[in-house]
Amino acid sequence: MSSFIGDWHALVVLFVAGVIPNQIWRMLGLWFGGGLDEGSELLVWVRAVATAILAGVIAQILVQPPGALASVPDGLRYGAVVVGFAVFLATKRSIFAGVACGEIVMVAGKWWLG
Amino acid sequence: MRLPPLDSAHWQSPVRAFAWGMSAITSTVLTLVLFATYLGIGALAHDTHFSLAWTLASTVFVWAGPAQIILVSTLGSGATILQSAIAVSVSAIRLFPMVVSVLPMMRTPKTKRRHLILVAHLTAVTLWVECHRFLPQVPRERRIAFIQGLGCGLVFLSVIANTIGYLLAANLSQLFAGAILMLTPLAFLFSTARNCRELADGVALALGLALYPLATLLDSGLDILVSGVVGGTIAYGVHRARAKAIA
Repeated sequence: MSSFIGDWHALVVLFVAGVIPNQIWRMLGLWFGGGLDEGSELLVWVRAVATAILAGVIAQILVQPPGALASVPDGLRYGAVVVGFAVFLATKRSIFAGVACGEIVMVAGKWWLG
Repeated sequence: MRLPPLDSAHWQSPVRAFAWGMSAITSTVLTLVLFATYLGIGALAHDTHFSLAWTLASTVFVWAGPAQIILVSTLGSGATILQSAIAVSVSAIRLFPMVVSVLPMMRTPKTKRRHLILVAHLTAVTLWVECHRFLPQVPRERRIAFIQGLGCGLVFLSVIANTIGYLLAANLSQLFAGAILMLTPLAFLFSTARNCRELADGVALALGLALYPLATLLDSGLDILVSGVVGGTIAYGVHRARAKAIA
C-alpha cells in the first residue's frame, strides 16, 4: 500500500505546485468572467505564451527523454515526430492518424535496429 | 449519438441528463485522444518515480493534461516547487478564457455560482470543444447536469487510462514502454497544432519547439519558462505586425 501512496511530501508538493496554480485560473474565470472579451490583445499574448510553453514541454520530452524512451536513438524519435506530423497534415489534421503513424515508425525502427 | 428532442419529457430528470452526458463520451474521437494522452501521462509519471496515487490525484484535482506533464517533467528534472508552480500556472492561464466562454452557455436566471464550481473544475480543452458540439441539443435547464456527466465520464476514463499506462510502463519491455511514453509528445503536438486558430498560435508552437533546446544552453533552471515567454512574445509580435500590415 505504501508504494501505491508513496511519499506524503510528494502529495503536498502536488497541491502546492500543481493543483493550486492551475485551479486558480478556473476559479478566477468563475468569479470575474463576466466582462472579458475573448478576443482581447492580452489574451492573444497569453495564449501564445501558453502554447510556446507547451511546445517547450513537448521538446523537452523529445530532447531529454524520460525512462524507457531514452533507449530509443535520437534520430528515430525525431523521425517519428516528423513522419507523424506529415501524416497529420496529409489527413486533414487527423490527430489519430498522426499519432498512430508516429508510433509505428518508432516501434518499427527500434525493432529493425534491434 | 442521438439525444431526445429539446421538448421531450425525458429531459425532466437531471439524473438522466447526467447519464446521457456520461454516455456522450463514447461518441467522440477526442475520447480516444484523451485516453492516449492519459496513458502516456501514467507512463511518464511511473518513469519519473511518482506513485500511482500521486498520478491519479493529479488527474482528478489538476485535470489539465499540459499542466500535469509540466508538473511531472519539471519536478522530475529537479526544478524547485516555485519554478514548477510558475510553469504550471502560466500553462493554466488558457483555462481562464475557456471557463469564461463556457459558463454563459449553461447559466439560467436561477443558477447560483456554486452550481457552476464543478463545471468550472471540469473545464479543459476536450470539454470546451464538446460543449460547443452537444449543448445546442440539450435544454438549457439540464445543461449543467449533462456537462457534469460528460466531464465526470472523461475524468473516470482518464483515471483508468492513467492506471493502465502506469502499470504497463512498470511491466512492459523497453520498446513498448518507450512507445507509450512517446504518446504524450505526439498527442500534444498534434492536438495543439489542430487548435491553432490564429497565426500567433502556430508561430508560438513552432518557436516553442525550436527555442527550448537553445534555452537549455543557458542552464537557468527555468528553460521552459524562458523559451515559452520569448517564443510566445515573438509570436504575439508577428500577430501585431500582421494586424498592422492588414490595417
